[in-house]
Amino acid sequence: MLQLNAETVHSFRDTIKRLSDEDVSRCYQCGKCTAGCPVATDMDITPNQVMRLVQINGRDRVLSSSTIWLCLSCETCSTRCPEDIDIAKVMDTLRKISVAEGFASPQASITDFHRLFLASVEKYGRLNELEFSIRHNLAMKRPTKDIGLAVTMFQKGKISPFGGKVKDRDGIKKIFAESKRFVR
Amino acid sequence: MVESSKDKNITIHTYSEVEQVKGYVGNFDVRIRKKARSVDMSKCTGCGACSEACPHVVPSEWDLGLGTRKAIYTPFPQAVPNVPVIDRDTCRIFTKSKEKCGAACVRACVAKAVNHKQEDEIINEKFGAIVVATGYSLIPWEKHYGEYGGGRYKDVITALHFERMLQASGPTGGHVIRPSDGKEPKNVVFIQCVGSRDESKGVPYCSGICCMYTAKQAILLKEHCHDAQAYVFYIDLRATKKNYEQFVLRAQRDYGVIYTRGRVSRIYEKGGKLVVKGADTLAGMPVEVEADLVVLATAVVAQPDAADVARMLSIPHDQFVLFTEAHPKLKPVESVTRGIFLAGACQSPMDIPESVAMGSAAAAKVCGILSHTELMLDPTIAEVNTDRCSGCLACTKVCPFEAITTVEIDGRTVSNVIASVCQGCGTCAATCPASAITLKGFTNEEIYSQIEAPFKKSEKKEVAVGAPA
Amino acid sequence: MSGKGLVLSEAKEEGIMEYGYYPGCSLHGTAKEFDLSIKQSFQSLGLTLKEVPDWNCCGASSAHETSEELALALSVRVLSQAEQAGLKTVVAPCAACYSRLKMANKEVTHDADLRERINHVMGQDYEGGVTVRHVTEIYKENRDKVAASVAKPLSGLKIASYYGCLLARPKEVVDWDDAENPTTMDDLVTVLGAQALDWSHKTECCGAGFSFSRPDIAVRLVGKILEAAQSVGADAIAVACPLCQANLDMRQGPAEKRNKTQYGIPIIYISQLMGLAQGKDAKALGLDKHLVSAEKVLEKLKTPVPATEKEKEPAAAQTA
Repeated sequence: MLQLNAETVHSFRDTIKRLSDEDVSRCYQCGKCTAGCPVATDMDITPNQVMRLVQINGRDRVLSSSTIWLCLSCETCSTRCPEDIDIAKVMDTLRKISVAEGFASPQASITDFHRLFLASVEKYGRLNELEFSIRHNLAMKRPTKDIGLAVTMFQKGKISPFGGKVKDRDGIKKIFAESKRFVR
Repeated sequence: MVESSKDKNITIHTYSEVEQVKGYVGNFDVRIRKKARSVDMSKCTGCGACSEACPHVVPSEWDLGLGTRKAIYTPFPQAVPNVPVIDRDTCRIFTKSKEKCGAACVRACVAKAVNHKQEDEIINEKFGAIVVATGYSLIPWEKHYGEYGGGRYKDVITALHFERMLQASGPTGGHVIRPSDGKEPKNVVFIQCVGSRDESKGVPYCSGICCMYTAKQAILLKEHCHDAQAYVFYIDLRATKKNYEQFVLRAQRDYGVIYTRGRVSRIYEKGGKLVVKGADTLAGMPVEVEADLVVLATAVVAQPDAADVARMLSIPHDQFVLFTEAHPKLKPVESVTRGIFLAGACQSPMDIPESVAMGSAAAAKVCGILSHTELMLDPTIAEVNTDRCSGCLACTKVCPFEAITTVEIDGRTVSNVIASVCQGCGTCAATCPASAITLKGFTNEEIYSQIEAPFKKSEKKEVAVGAPA
Repeated sequence: MSGKGLVLSEAKEEGIMEYGYYPGCSLHGTAKEFDLSIKQSFQSLGLTLKEVPDWNCCGASSAHETSEELALALSVRVLSQAEQAGLKTVVAPCAACYSRLKMANKEVTHDADLRERINHVMGQDYEGGVTVRHVTEIYKENRDKVAASVAKPLSGLKIASYYGCLLARPKEVVDWDDAENPTTMDDLVTVLGAQALDWSHKTECCGAGFSFSRPDIAVRLVGKILEAAQSVGADAIAVACPLCQANLDMRQGPAEKRNKTQYGIPIIYISQLMGLAQGKDAKALGLDKHLVSAEKVLEKLKTPVPATEKEKEPAAAQTA
């Protein structure tokens, strides 16, 4: 049961405003975001419902949803919102909060993708496509996924097994060590 | 309209423009340009032979491009007066077109009423009051809503187009059809709030009339096309007046109209149909309709030349160029300028009963002025102290109502306030370098006293809170 | 690392525009054809490309979804590297990299405090002197040169231009085209002599971001796009982003399986089309590297255009 009271009802909305500079109060639930979202049918709660829950401090529901991870930042919603709310940005902020607060991701393959992608970038300064895809397949417990594809790509010279590396690896390490999750 | 045209106390100037308004309440000097319609109204019998004979066909503005008209035409069958006009921008004689028409209209006219040499007529007349009822326009949605096809899809039309289709005397003979192939539609989607309640690319306000007319159109669709299914995508339903709520419910319950709460994100063509991608926010899911016809309820906006009209009349308007009423609750049909009244959608989006009520109210207010020989005014108006006035005439330049003129006293030119025009805004008083012009009841001395009073020590040790102006 | 694939003479000729080149993580690998054909196209237009020294990954979606400062710092480091090498403009072929770099650039250019903070995180400075452009923007600017370089117009070829998400949105980034009905690539296609098709899925998301982690979603979205292109009779889909190309190409087979149909629509880079129109060899443009074969397109181009169509062709090629 979601309890609404004067002290807390605006707190999540205020947090989002502070972190993303987006004012979700303006949303009047027209649903245009949901209508244009390419992955809305895969989500457990729809984008307009996410906005509503932010408005009334339904933070747990939002931060544990598959929705925030299934959003692929296509920006269709932000482009068409009649209140000029950058919904994709709000989704970004929700993702960061979810990670920061250690919510278990209902879309492990997606969060693993981000984790392993960044691990590769941290290590080499660039993505090592081959190494990354092997690791990701293992994380998804599907070691032979796309193996046929990989062989074809190799034959066509589209995968370089050694990949490129940044010379200034210390610079890259510094970036990863010093960055904070939120600017504000 | 016909009744008004027959009333001996009413003169209707059609195909005319008010070009200039000077003066003040009770004494407006109005210049009207009666544009040349190229037909002598005193001779024309309204037989229509000229239009029949004219070979030049163009899209009809009245039918919003769904139908056609001739270069010499009457806009619609019930037009008053029933005298045609020649559109000089398309008439082959006026445009000196290579395609000759042989002046077919002139030859067809038995009454010899067609006159290509006719010129505009200027009428200068005095009026006691003015009622502005210049109406509204619709937002040019094609420019802003690329996601709905930007006007490229023939079967995405506005509610006004649909309205023309419903008329038995209209371009489709009263049949609801798909403009692309003339077939009767089965699945028809009505989208509300296109351009309304949109701070991003439309107007932020609600247009007020669309929920009701959409319900009406959905009901009439079913009556014209028995097998059709109507879907209405809405955000909120504004059905506030007598029987309005029941009417909308009737559409849902008795006519099977499916009301889905959610905007439409996109419309695109697929296999001759229109895929409408919407959402049902109540069910919490995106929904899709493969429609045969889509009808958009587009936003009500001010006429494109509303700002020019306002300037000509010296009446204020808001940021949407909707003319401003003197008081939103107590003086809804009066403009800020005395003697000029507002009626209808030029003041605010509204439906027919509201417009009629407002028109009646404005008329009553006009009678209130014209039935007296004297006018009762608000006493707080400006007054010139002619002894102090140096005749610099700065006040005449800043008065937004042109209420200050000049007068000769002992060989000196000084300012003179026309009491009936002055609205007591105080701009002149603030401008005058000699403090020669002040407001009655709000002189500078009175205002200074009000400011000083709270700071004066009194025996009772109370602080009087002054509330200047 | 930066020795690979540098196209031009070392000396910078007078009057020739030099652009910084940011290949991003895919242009040397899965999107090799894009790299090859871009370099060829720039050379043909008299423009030089200089790879940004010691460039790093821009962070793509993974960084901006999980850490603001990481996303900014990774992107700004690229700009800083370019700035230090004296490159005033950076051309990013990948639409995602382009979007990230341009947005990061905007944010730190307008906010001095933020820039200072990010410089501190990076351990190097960025003053804000670099402009970020996309490859198609450059082509658009050099439209006349492109038209003049056409030796073998792609007559008879029907192309559906696919912009995806990031070459149409957001409006702050893609301020050089319309978000709902972009025309940059369509216009280029017409200049190259082919027919630019009007179709419904120009800007619909293909799900490339999920190609690895949720291929089921990617396959579904890819299927919709291919179906729409097929319905208008497209011979090929033109793209200008390596993620779009890889996704529509690699996931076409699975999409055919899912929808129990055949598409067989090659996904060709706009730069490859340009190369073909300039009379370059298909293999040199990497056209043999696609998974979905471009053979039918090449066959069509070799076939002399029949007499009746030839009469229509000049009118079509001149619509601009």
